[in-house]
Amino acid sequence: MSIKSIFFNIPAKRKLKVLKEYIYLLKKNKLTFTALIIILSLVVIAIISPIIAPFPYHIYGEINPQDKLLQPSRVYLFGTDEMGRDLFSRVLYGTRISLLASLIAVVMGLLIGVPLGLMAGYYSGFIDEIIMRIVDMFLSFPPLLLAMAIAAFLGPSLQNAILALIIAWWPWYTRLIRGQVVSIKEKEFVRAANAIGTPSWQIMYKHILPNCISPVIVQASMDLGGIILTLAALSFLGLGAQSPTSEWGLMLTTSRKYFLNAWWYSIFPGIAIFITVLSFNLLGDGLREILDPKTKKY
Amino acid sequence: MLSFLVRRLLLGILTLFGVILITFILVRVVPSDPAAQWVGGRATPEQVEAAREELGLDKPIYVQLEHYIRDLLKGNLGYSLMTHQPIIKELKNRFPATLELVLISSIVALLIGLPLGLISAKAKNSWIDHFSRFFSIGAISIPTFWLALVLQLIFFMILEVLPSGGQLSMKIILFQDIPRVTGFMFLDSLITGNFVILKDFLKHLILPAICVGAYTIGLVARMTRSALLEILSEDYIKAARSYGLTERLILYSYALKNSLGPTTTVVTLAMGYALMNTFLVESIFSWPGIGKYVANAVTCLDYPAIIGITILGACAYIILNLITDIIISLDPRVKL
Repeated sequence: MSIKSIFFNIPAKRKLKVLKEYIYLLKKNKLTFTALIIILSLVVIAIISPIIAPFPYHIYGEINPQDKLLQPSRVYLFGTDEMGRDLFSRVLYGTRISLLASLIAVVMGLLIGVPLGLMAGYYSGFIDEIIMRIVDMFLSFPPLLLAMAIAAFLGPSLQNAILALIIAWWPWYTRLIRGQVVSIKEKEFVRAANAIGTPSWQIMYKHILPNCISPVIVQASMDLGGIILTLAALSFLGLGAQSPTSEWGLMLTTSRKYFLNAWWYSIFPGIAIFITVLSFNLLGDGLREILDPKTKKY
Repeated sequence: MLSFLVRRLLLGILTLFGVILITFILVRVVPSDPAAQWVGGRATPEQVEAAREELGLDKPIYVQLEHYIRDLLKGNLGYSLMTHQPIIKELKNRFPATLELVLISSIVALLIGLPLGLISAKAKNSWIDHFSRFFSIGAISIPTFWLALVLQLIFFMILEVLPSGGQLSMKIILFQDIPRVTGFMFLDSLITGNFVILKDFLKHLILPAICVGAYTIGLVARMTRSALLEILSEDYIKAARSYGLTERLILYSYALKNSLGPTTTVVTLAMGYALMNTFLVESIFSWPGIGKYVANAVTCLDYPAIIGITILGACAYIILNLITDIIISLDPRVKL
């Protein structure tokens, strides 16, 4: 709803101009552009991975014990794991799991965090106090620790890990957006909207949100990477995906046992995580410069 | 200043109460039947009933909360399901090793991250800047536990220059008196002047410290850079430039001081991350700290131990935040 309203508020001609400007800026910032291309290809890989995987059955846990722990070769590009499954196919499919999981977590976090932050900032007073004290409670845990505890209590599974991440993540967005709203709501255009009797929710979503969304977009882009990393960490502790899911963090955990004589087992899933997270962080970093009028350069 | 301190302390206590409330909800509300969980899967209904009474679960929820808080105030975090030892005792034994790892790696990371951010901001858009940006973003993107495995592979397996894990070599543990004064290996060996142990300890420290500190370096370098750049574009810097002051003077004496606030904040956050990263790394390097205990507790789903660690971690983080706020309040521009 919010993104739609932002987009439809601008006349079509200007919309195109703004879009063209952003594409131009993106292309100029080579590192960010590369990161975007990598992310887009990862999305494509995530969608078509079961089709292009050379051993699709290995993704879902079919075992092939006579080929266990083979070195990377022409048949098995990344080698095989302890059950003789093709690591290349599994790492490819892992893209889908990680991207989907972090997308769900970030979107849900935004859906909870952003309206609460808008409300806290806009209404101030009692509502603000209540919301922000709850946020403070959540933020007084070191990152990951709360997610770890919640995931442990919900029981180890991928769904529960994602749920735990959502519970631990939304307060960051609330705090971020509240800070923005507080500084924007005193501006003239908000007062003007108020004076002509625009309903509060419309002021919040049509006038305030579009003006404070850029830091949230930057943060969300970085969090898409950060959550992949955290999810892998939870899997590494045994709290995320369970065997035989082809999840990157889980592959790394299992690989520890065979680490000394099968280096490829740990190396490839790790590189996959690293490249994905790096791309999201580079994109976020680039977006920060492009979306901030102070640092925007032509 | 005093009223600020009192207010900040009260706020800290309030936050602590929030932490306790959240953990209480986790312990008593999330599991459908905590008593059944306590006695285990094969218990008879009578045993579950007895456990319910023993744990006070038959009482109203606010009485339960009161008991829970009273126990925590007494420093009683309950008993581990695995070892049946008091959790607080086990954590106390392991805490120095973790604290040492976090502190040493964070200090080293600061000593690298701050200058990196400074150079980066000073020479904006030069190749040094691009390199340091790429390096710092890389450092926050790398999975800590994977880095640990790779470093182990390179430096232990292939190059054979560094040990794979532990705090000291087996040779030293068996044949030398290990000094125990403060519980911190680094300080103890330094105080007693035992340089053989110190050298051995540092050799074991390098790899875990790199893994724990990598994130901190990246975070601190990035924040320092952006804070400095923002300050360098402010009017008073332009004024200083127009007076013809040297760039060096402007950077070190005008800009750096004012970037202390955001940098201190980020250091706190980075320490929080460092604490979590030790949890992941310690079990790989067999470091005898809390991290290994956490990994075990999580694997066996030892709920009381997990809660104990969560509360301890949150307390450490609250204290860290308190210190940050006090440091920032030393800035005369901050209204108390």
